[in-house]
Amino acid sequence: MKLDTAKILQKRKKQILELWMKNQLVDFSLREDLMSNDELTVQSEELVDVLLQTLSGNNLEDLQASSLEAVHEVLEGISISRAKQGYSPRETGMFVFSLKDALLSILAQEIKNDPVQLLDESLKVSKLIDSLGIITFETFIKGREEVILRQTDEITEISTPVIRVWDGIVAMPIIGTLDSSRTQVVMENLLQEIVDTSSSIAILDISGVPAVDSLVAQHLIKTVSATRLMGAECIISGIRPEIAQTVVHLGIDLSGIVTKASLASALRHAYALLQLEVKKVVAK
Amino acid sequence: MDKIPILKIGHFLMVAIQVDLYDRLALNLEADLVQAVSKTGARGVLIDISAVSIVDSFMGRILGNIAGMSKVLDADTVIVGMQPAVAITLVELGLPLKGVQTALNVEKGMELLQQKLQITGEEESEE
Repeated sequence: MKLDTAKILQKRKKQILELWMKNQLVDFSLREDLMSNDELTVQSEELVDVLLQTLSGNNLEDLQASSLEAVHEVLEGISISRAKQGYSPRETGMFVFSLKDALLSILAQEIKNDPVQLLDESLKVSKLIDSLGIITFETFIKGREEVILRQTDEITEISTPVIRVWDGIVAMPIIGTLDSSRTQVVMENLLQEIVDTSSSIAILDISGVPAVDSLVAQHLIKTVSATRLMGAECIISGIRPEIAQTVVHLGIDLSGIVTKASLASALRHAYALLQLEVKKVVAK
Repeated sequence: MDKIPILKIGHFLMVAIQVDLYDRLALNLEADLVQAVSKTGARGVLIDISAVSIVDSFMGRILGNIAGMSKVLDADTVIVGMQPAVAITLVELGLPLKGVQTALNVEKGMELLQQKLQITGEEESEE
């Protein structure tokens, strides 16, 4: 007699869910800090529901069946939300694979008498869950990558503010490594601000740049040249002793550029160029 | 044919490039400007390129040439009002226009030229 695994599983849905929840709750990787047990139950129930609904005898064998798409969708949703909540890949994987244990033990209870068929059906279920596991990982990683991409965008946007220090003086603190794409953003922002405020002096503060190699130095020189072409003077400030050492060791020629150790001394230089003077007010 | 007007203001010559410079026009400008410098004995040349949005290596070279030729005729060249995009393009092309002076706008360019003239004037009187 041919047994319909899908039907059996559908019949025992409640037990499967209970067993699965039990498996998840005893697992040491349970993250109560990220998700409450109630939420977890809702999530698990949703997945089991949709899985058993779409299961029919034939797509147990054909893993690409389009009817499984509904399951994939739910799984992808769960996986992406977990990636964003900060679950580890292991924890997310355990979530899906612990379902396998539950399904297999229910199957074992139902098909006690026929070991050959039990093996056959178990293999099918196992394969199905494995494929679901792979999808989980794929979407999990995709979710993580989205997070990383968004953060990179945010960093490039927030990390290049142009500050109006004084009439005719703008400053731009650079934080983080300078690569070619960021140099482009830095240059564009700085030059645009020079035009908008018609400033004649720009200060580039690199105290937040962790290391200066020949490539970064080249980018800095480019920025300075572009500012000069616009008709403004560019001062580089915030050069730490280590950076001074590397620059000289690498043989980078910064002689055509005004460099200062601190923003304060760059500002003093700028005031001198604009023939301004900062004075202490004498109390009368 | 288009011609870019060269205006004489005091000791200086002023050129405002309002159209996109094609090669022929740029070459004519170069020739006309050098002629004008020599004829008027101008001490400074001010080139306003604030309306120029496209620049290529040829144009960069022409600007460099004009500066060099004027220098030989004892006139300083100041290029004013360069657009950010143009500045970035020139730098990326490897043409930082080393011998050319720049200023943000016509007003500041004029100030710069006047300053230069004063300095050299003082030197001459000291001698």
